[in-house]
Amino acid sequence: MRDLRLQDVSFSYPGGYLAVEDANICIRGGENVAIVGQNGAGKTTTVKMMNGLLKPTKGEVLIGDMNSKDYTTAQISRIVGYVFQNPDDQIFHSTVESEVRFGPKMMKLDPEEEDERVNQALKITGMDEFRKENPFNLPLSTRKFVTIAAVIAMGTDILIFDEPTAGQDVAGNERLSRILKILGEEGKTVITISHDMEFVAANFQKVIVMAKKRVIKNGTPKEIFWDFECLEKAMLKQPYVSRVCRELKLTGEIICIDEAITAIMGR
Amino acid sequence: MDYVMECKNVTYRYPLSEVPAIQNLNIQIERGKFYGIIGENGSGKTTFCALLRGFIPSFYKGELEGEVLVEGKSTTDWGGELAAKIGYVFQNPFTQISGVKDTVYEEVAYGLENFGLPVEEIDERVIAVMKMTDIEALALKNPFDLSGGQMQRVALASVIVLEPDILVIDEPTSQLDPEGTESVFAIIRALKERHKTIILVEHKIDLIAEYADEVVAFKGGEIIALGDKCEILSEMSLAEQGVALPQVAILGCRLRERGLLIGAIPVTEKQAVEQIVAALEGRDGR
Repeated sequence: MRDLRLQDVSFSYPGGYLAVEDANICIRGGENVAIVGQNGAGKTTTVKMMNGLLKPTKGEVLIGDMNSKDYTTAQISRIVGYVFQNPDDQIFHSTVESEVRFGPKMMKLDPEEEDERVNQALKITGMDEFRKENPFNLPLSTRKFVTIAAVIAMGTDILIFDEPTAGQDVAGNERLSRILKILGEEGKTVITISHDMEFVAANFQKVIVMAKKRVIKNGTPKEIFWDFECLEKAMLKQPYVSRVCRELKLTGEIICIDEAITAIMGR
Repeated sequence: MDYVMECKNVTYRYPLSEVPAIQNLNIQIERGKFYGIIGENGSGKTTFCALLRGFIPSFYKGELEGEVLVEGKSTTDWGGELAAKIGYVFQNPFTQISGVKDTVYEEVAYGLENFGLPVEEIDERVIAVMKMTDIEALALKNPFDLSGGQMQRVALASVIVLEPDILVIDEPTSQLDPEGTESVFAIIRALKERHKTIILVEHKIDLIAEYADEVVAFKGGEIIALGDKCEILSEMSLAEQGVALPQVAILGCRLRERGLLIGAIPVTEKQAVEQIVAALEGRDGR
């Protein structure tokens, strides 16, 4: 299992706009990590460096023992899959199935394995029923799952999801939780950007907080969501359940409903 | 009662679609109130918005039965003036941005130019709205160079600046961070204080619980619940129909199941704290 490391990484876009400054991140193989922070904090730029779409202007990005500078984006994308924030930046096929099949096809797998990968990815994401549909006839929230399926089908060890919770309803969020769980059981490393604090509290082992182009903290959801200085710096909110527990002066760094019930009943 | 909009027995089917997107819709919208429109994706929320604004049937063809009234007049009789009456913020900001203007400032000013207002007044109103929506720093940028979240705020600004009586807003915060989301709700609250009628589609249910007056829940093209937010959002059976409920309502309900005598199921953080404190005091005989 490859670890993913960013060492003193900065990135400036052509024209000079500095988007990420001195970021240090270490994600162990098999970890399930959320990245949170304000719009413009540098989250997307950071993950684009993780899969080689962008190369750091300072510092090193290491995927296992591979330095991203020494490999092409195409080479890195066999190890790190990236699901774009906007699905329409990614989709270009006329059916869901051919969209999902494109990646495995390019990898020149034997036809059986190709089929297996495609079927599995469609099944995990619940996109099986839309197999023959044109992705552009599906709602945006469903198109997002098409792009997730396309990346899962690549079979990479590391997967990055950029704001998959945007615009999702209850069922969509539950589906995402299931996908994260399945990928976790398969030993994949999953890195997810999200603005949904309830979703982050419920689904991740580790949280990386970014603010003003920098990584300001990483820790467990409990460590993050009860560090008020950190939340304030990153302009983030506690999950609603935590806010109520804070008002009730309950201890135990509560971040979910089950914990809150135990603490309240035990008072 | 003063109704600003009304749907009477409305059923609508998109072209080439076999199933109606909206069925037997009956609703009266009161002037000056803030309506939160909720329900799973594909349940008819956006179609409802397009009906109120008259995009159905003027732009989307298909089969429409029943009628939609704005100020007592059918949307089909309003013509172009409906655009000034109802401000509409699209779900996807790409759809909203005109594409004919090179800067955010000009984009926000575009609607007022079309109204033929004097330049001084346009400038004053555009600057005020850019300040309100926190996009002053983006004034000289090209709208298409912005992030999704920034573009959503520009789209909202370009509609608010027109000062319509009614605002129909479709998921304005889907790409915004928590702080940005709260600020959009604060803007909407300020508009309500200026007696605007607000129709807002939103998945962030805890914020609907905090800010809206009334809630309309859709499922399969039909309204399955409609009324005061506290009544609707504490109705646990809606969760089985794909409707999101506030975290604090779920907490309150589960505490009640465990035997804690919670009075009314809370829908906001403040209500939750009050109800839990009262229930604990009752239990401990204080």
